[in-house]
Amino acid sequence: MTTQDTQADSGLVLPRYRRDDVDAHPPLLSPGYQSTVARAPRHPLVYLPQRLTEITGPLLGEGRVGALDHDLTRQHDGEPQGQRIIVHGRVLDGDGRPVPHTLVEIWQANAAGRYRHARDTWPAPLDPHFEGVGRALTDDQGRYRFVTVQPGAYPWRNHDNAWRPAHIHFSLFGRAFTQRLVTQMYFPGDPLFFQDPVFNSVRDQAARARMIARYDHAATTPEWALAYEFDIVLRGRESTPFEDEDDDE
Amino acid sequence: MSEQLGVMPAQTVGPYLHIGLHWPDGPYVVPEGTPGAFWISGRIVDGTGTPVVDAMVESWQADPEGRFDHPDDPRGARPPALAGFRGFGRSETDGQGCYRLLTVKPGALPEPDGGTEAPHLTLSVFGRGLLHRLVTRLYFPDESTANAADPVLRSVDADRRGTLLASPAPDGLRFDIHLQGDHETVFFAL
Repeated sequence: MTTQDTQADSGLVLPRYRRDDVDAHPPLLSPGYQSTVARAPRHPLVYLPQRLTEITGPLLGEGRVGALDHDLTRQHDGEPQGQRIIVHGRVLDGDGRPVPHTLVEIWQANAAGRYRHARDTWPAPLDPHFEGVGRALTDDQGRYRFVTVQPGAYPWRNHDNAWRPAHIHFSLFGRAFTQRLVTQMYFPGDPLFFQDPVFNSVRDQAARARMIARYDHAATTPEWALAYEFDIVLRGRESTPFEDEDDDE
Repeated sequence: MSEQLGVMPAQTVGPYLHIGLHWPDGPYVVPEGTPGAFWISGRIVDGTGTPVVDAMVESWQADPEGRFDHPDDPRGARPPALAGFRGFGRSETDGQGCYRLLTVKPGALPEPDGGTEAPHLTLSVFGRGLLHRLVTRLYFPDESTANAADPVLRSVDADRRGTLLASPAPDGLRFDIHLQGDHETVFFAL
């Protein structure tokens, strides 16, 4: 397709997503987290205008989520060990709009702090009744809900006597490629925060605090499970007037 | 407009991403047997040349006619021209640091200012040691004219542009990703 006549403009008006503040995300090179040293790119990132490929993205639907995928305590014949918890919240964009029908994937260690993964070999017990993997779709209000067990902390070799604070990995798609995000949810009051270079790689204290779930007594199930609320905000859009022109057809 | 909310910071997927993010059909942007389908494969290496065995590549692309089945495409969402086309692929790296995706070539895309983007895939790279995903693009080696006019490629230093070009391989294309080092891949701020 070539458009070289008087038409200098394709008439395409694309939504634009706000660029994140410099301190919103961790710097790729965060030497306290040793694995970044050989893996973080050394060249500055190149500015990429948001075009059709970036402002669209996979809208992954119902077919990806099984009936018990949101309940990590019911994926086996028996129940996993550990404190049952409900983890719920909303997926929103930066303007507070819910992100409906979007896939949320989680994974975590078991109550003893061990992942069901071939390369996790530290001497804590595996739990035959716990996979540590969950999936859910948000509802039309952007809400999601998981049932799981409180993950344990675990040691790693980053520095002397290093321990990861308890956390749950979250993966989110949002509505567009621009919004794709993988993060970790932490628990309030964890005494291990001070020495964790992954958590502390986020330099802005307010931004760091967003990764800590809120204990939510109102969402507990009496005589059954404690609860935490974890809202996840993805990038918002620039407020540009949307003109519905079809003159490129 | 309402008050803007602070975005959730990114964190690494860590070394155990395979348990949470594995999809058996992940690498299939199109189903096996799709006419014109080919494999894109490559190795991810770190700054010491060591293969990265705990990483994941995700791809997103237009269909062969340059359309997206997505409501934010101002030309209108259009179901894919090709049966089973998902547009999206996901592949964890294996024990050699290699990923692979089965796909078809996307069409060229119109630009808001009247130009044209050469056929491309947009890729995200996640991994242990990557505190935020890395974003890059893959361009096709048989599109030299379109590539020469592509506004994104042109915005990249000429001596680094080659890192965004796939190369022919027996079953499709090869696209290695260098996180660091002399051949560091161009990564984008989105």
